[in-house]
Amino acid sequence: MPALKHPQILLASNLTDGEVVFLGPSGWERDHVKARVAHDKDEAAALEAFGKAEIAANRVVDVYLADVAVGADGVPAPLHYREKMRVKGPSVRLDLGKQAAGGA
Amino acid sequence: MALISDGRFIDDVWRRLAEEEALPKSGKVIVSLARLDHAIEVHGPGVDLGVIAPNTTDPAALADALPKLGLVSIVFPAFADGRGFSLARLLRRAGFAGELRASGRLLADQYAHALGCGFDTVEIPDDIEARQDETQWRAARDAHARTYQRGYVAPGSILDARRKAAAQ
Amino acid sequence: MTAHDPSLARPNAPVTTYRYDAFDAAFVRERVAEFREQVRRRLEGKLTEDEFRPFRLMNGLYLQLHAYMLRVAIPYGTLTALQMRRLADIADKYDRGYGHFTTRQNLQYNWPKLVDTPDILEALAEVEMHAIQTSGNCIRNVTADHFSGVAPDEIEDPRPTAEFLRQWSSAHPEFSFLPRKFKIAVTGAAQDRAAIMVHDIGLAIVKNDAGEIGYKVVVGGGLGRSPFIGKVIRDFAPRADLLAYLEAIMRVYNRFGRRDNKYKARIKILVHEKGIDEVRAAVEAEFAAMDRSVFAYDPAEFDRIAAFFAPPPYETLPADSQKLRAARVEHPAFGNFVEVNVAPHKIPGYAVVTVSLKPIGGIPGDATSAQMRALAEASERFGFGELRVSHEQNIILPHVKQDDLFDLWKLLDAAGLATANAGLVSDIISCPGLDYCSLATARSIPIAQAISKRFSDLSRQRRIGKLGIKISGCINACGHHHVGAIGILGLEKKGQESYQITLGGDPTFSASIGEILGPGVTAEQAPDVIEHLVDFYLAERHEGETFIETWRRIGHARFKDVLRREGEDGADI
Repeated sequence: MPALKHPQILLASNLTDGEVVFLGPSGWERDHVKARVAHDKDEAAALEAFGKAEIAANRVVDVYLADVAVGADGVPAPLHYREKMRVKGPSVRLDLGKQAAGGA
Repeated sequence: MALISDGRFIDDVWRRLAEEEALPKSGKVIVSLARLDHAIEVHGPGVDLGVIAPNTTDPAALADALPKLGLVSIVFPAFADGRGFSLARLLRRAGFAGELRASGRLLADQYAHALGCGFDTVEIPDDIEARQDETQWRAARDAHARTYQRGYVAPGSILDARRKAAAQ
Repeated sequence: MTAHDPSLARPNAPVTTYRYDAFDAAFVRERVAEFREQVRRRLEGKLTEDEFRPFRLMNGLYLQLHAYMLRVAIPYGTLTALQMRRLADIADKYDRGYGHFTTRQNLQYNWPKLVDTPDILEALAEVEMHAIQTSGNCIRNVTADHFSGVAPDEIEDPRPTAEFLRQWSSAHPEFSFLPRKFKIAVTGAAQDRAAIMVHDIGLAIVKNDAGEIGYKVVVGGGLGRSPFIGKVIRDFAPRADLLAYLEAIMRVYNRFGRRDNKYKARIKILVHEKGIDEVRAAVEAEFAAMDRSVFAYDPAEFDRIAAFFAPPPYETLPADSQKLRAARVEHPAFGNFVEVNVAPHKIPGYAVVTVSLKPIGGIPGDATSAQMRALAEASERFGFGELRVSHEQNIILPHVKQDDLFDLWKLLDAAGLATANAGLVSDIISCPGLDYCSLATARSIPIAQAISKRFSDLSRQRRIGKLGIKISGCINACGHHHVGAIGILGLEKKGQESYQITLGGDPTFSASIGEILGPGVTAEQAPDVIEHLVDFYLAERHEGETFIETWRRIGHARFKDVLRREGEDGADI
């Protein structure tokens, strides 16, 4: 299995409300903690293929893979500041987005 | 491939001639821009000529041919490429009175724009036809009752309607 | 929400802006119905995302980092109290209780759902508003001087022209699928407050030697990846020819603008690559070939539009208000507000008030629904029910009696809207940046907040004087950083946010593009660097010089030295 530089997760935006979603073990999740992690290129390709089919099914848009680091607790954390922002919400409004109590 | 006229899918009475295909003795045929001059020269009395032109065509280059043509088909390589709309306007301005056809990846949502710029018919590929049926094209035809511009083909211009209302 | 009933307008709120007639209302309703169908067809898969995108953009709907974003048009930045209230209601019902006023005089909601958008557009249509062409590769919302109609230096109110163009450009059959977006700005004053030199087309209302009103037409300005100052394509286009001439420009651009590279698709690149003379020749040839009877200028129609912008029923007042004078002495905070945020009005006894949406440490341009309602109330009680949005992301109350300024200030103060900093160093223009925008390469709001806090002391700000800091979170330059006296551009450098500083930008008739100061700095370093630059200016300036005047006099290199010395002092920049 060809290795990845970093493990990856699949992000997308939900079509009807635009919220960021993550591909989990059995469908889209709104919490990145539940994201399925690809550890090699084959797994990443499988995530992407699933994402493409989901675009075609008009459930999500803007699907892409993002590099993560997997913590000791198994939770993936994005490496790039852009995706760090996407799993939380605006850094200038901590009361809004996923970071807010009760989620977005 | 579907051909839309006045919000309905219709049969195409024109036939696009393959590049290597000889000019027939009669019928309505569409030739490429490259073949046009020759076709005008040699075609018989039973042939009605049309041309398919890229959207970058210089209207001046077509000016002499226009009176001899029954159809001009302007290519839309992508729906976001609006050059064909301006070319249509210029061909109409040059006096072309035959069928003006938009051929390519046009969407129903652009139908009113196409009609406004002087197109008569729209020819779309199969994948668009599969998603955008006749109902959607008919709805799009009727979606713009009046427009703000003058001089475009439309059910009515708001400016003209205002002038009329003010005159009464 | 109830349907719009003109009787809802208060008696002291006469018409001071354009009102829809039955045709306008029908047009906007049709567009709402059309978009409702497009959303339905998108959800059913009859339109793919690629196909849907341009149509949702043409209705102001973007997909951003956390959610959709809806950009509502505020044509030429003018709106009524009723409309402002409706914006507040929509913020509460469909969004998160606030909105963001932009450099294009528009308002953005950051959290609408796709499925709610048609209802939002319907709610806007009820108060004669829309989101048509606030995005997409079409002619965008036409902007104008936010002091239109009240500026003492005005030749003519530019808003009738802007409204004329709004109508002409709406759902244009030929120019809705241009190579790229197209922005038009109009000014009618001696001083340019609409940044017309950096628009695709800039129009300056001018008088010719015969005393006739016409337009100086500037083309090919723009910011973004390759910034350009516009060039004059026509010194004088008579009003009768305006639409025909613009149509000629649009046709030349639609046919010959580049479509092979989106970064080279704006008209500024066409003008740059072909040269203004070749573009002018093509436009003039097209103009000459047109059947201009189609565009025949109808003075009655222009007058019909212009009549909506007639001055409100001003009272005859003394030029100086005793009440104002007394209140300024008694309440120093109010006195500061008057000195900083209040501008002269062409009518004696009146004033133009800038309500800053830049509280110290706040998010530039944001207003809560409660603040929007306070602004609506302020305009109704003290300003004939009219408000403006400025491209500096502030709100203007264009007709306030000097006698009322103190009561207005109290109302604003109670709503957190009395920050005295209009035009000063903490009145920072900022795009939403990476906190919201999917195009952004770095955050911009936190930089604005940090600089604003650093310069929070008002007496220091006033000592510094007029100084425009403008921040963009990416090369698209929505924060106009190229034309900031100090510009800041957020970029990504080695996986980190990095900020490039430029000096010497100017958005007015004397337009210039800022020059890069040196290597990028970190977010933490940015306030220090700005402070050093400002201190250097204070030390070097001659009496009465603004920052940019000093910069122009002593030169960019001297300012670069400040940054170099800063590096030697130990900061890693």
